Amino acid sequence: MDFLQPRSWSDALAAKTNRPDAQPLAGGTDVLVDLNFDRHRPAALLDLGRIGELAGWSRDDDALRLGAGLTYTIAAAELVDDLPGLAMAARTVGSPQIRNRGTIGGNLGSASPAGDAHPPLLAAGAEVELASAAGSRRVPIREFFLGPKRNALAPDELIAAVLVPRATGPQQFAKVGTRNAMVIAVCSFALALHPDHQRVGTGIGSAGPVPLVADDAECFCEGALAESDLWSTRAAIEESTRRRFGELVAAAARPIDDVRGSAAYRSHALSVLAARALGWAWADYRRS
Amino acid sequence: MQLHCKVNGEPREADGVWEGESLLYVLRERLGLPGSKNACEQGECGSCSVYLDGTLVCACLVAAGQAEGARIETVEGLADGDILHPVQQAYVAAGAVQCGFCTPGLIMATHDLLRRISAPTDVAIREALAGNLCRCTGYEKILDAVRMAAANARVGE
Repeated sequence: MDFLQPRSWSDALAAKTNRPDAQPLAGGTDVLVDLNFDRHRPAALLDLGRIGELAGWSRDDDALRLGAGLTYTIAAAELVDDLPGLAMAARTVGSPQIRNRGTIGGNLGSASPAGDAHPPLLAAGAEVELASAAGSRRVPIREFFLGPKRNALAPDELIAAVLVPRATGPQQFAKVGTRNAMVIAVCSFALALHPDHQRVGTGIGSAGPVPLVADDAECFCEGALAESDLWSTRAAIEESTRRRFGELVAAAARPIDDVRGSAAYRSHALSVLAARALGWAWADYRRS
Repeated sequence: MQLHCKVNGEPREADGVWEGESLLYVLRERLGLPGSKNACEQGECGSCSVYLDGTLVCACLVAAGQAEGARIETVEGLADGDILHPVQQAYVAAGAVQCGFCTPGLIMATHDLLRRISAPTDVAIREALAGNLCRCTGYEKILDAVRMAAANARVGE
């Protein structure tokens, strides 16, 4: 096995062009598990940990650029105002040790349907910036996930960054697991309210072959809010609206039975999480 | 490949390191530092917690090559000769050590917590130690030890 350790982004892209079989390595929280258990032995490891450009995040007006190497610890601490949904999700990842190493780019690269970063990025309308030595392209995040642990990366590409609009309204994230810490989601749900466009964004995790968007639920909620002029009046949302929203979120999921939970449980739990998340987010909006 | 790093303040070198092995394997099998424990090898148990350039990590999830040139502190580096670190003393005094296998990782996680938060609430303690498993289930005494270490450090200030 070769160990490639480029010092710059251009060197990393050149390395990936020369060695498309190289496994990108960031925090190692997925890759090292596979190595330790000898489940997967790549021809080469491409360590991205020395590339300064990938670490951290920046803001240009209302556009956020999250480097692929942004850790959950930093996301949880620093994005509370600009991207609260992702900050909340980052706080639920693993343990301090895992959050210190695991990265947003790594989560996307692994493309697990249960990845905690995915639902809030879907709800916020993020794009993934993919780069190769030939140039870079942006992929809307809902087109990035192709199947369980499969994504839109070409063999010569690396994930450079996630581009996401700064939050203009409340965001929420909720996840079900057997305990609060150290769990892979049985199912999860993220919600983003976009009052500036009177839009509602959703993201479903761990209840389908890929992280999903609940389009019908979004449309229903936007319609209900517009019909009663609630964006302006900031009046309470009807209980029946929240319940219907939850039902439509559950209907958008495509869960399976597996060791973590049954499909029926996941659907039920999602309907509850979604109704609650809407209640919490709307309460935040009314206070804002 | 060859690996160079600074472990507990001393420059160390390891030869013949396999590119796919973990920092934990290097520490235990090549550098003779068995304090960091090898249990789950998947970041679930926290027994291999060390500082990598000052950040608390699971050594089992760091590829050896990622530690090239890095500063590493392990549980072996906490005591000053025969004098245990106050966090270690608190674990002994509180009776927080049963079989002892999880203790090095918990000591490191406690050390990391107390340098970030000098007077942690119980919730903060639970959150900080959430990634460290004690299969003896001696968590109450462990919580006592963390509270004691925090209180002793405040008295010592």
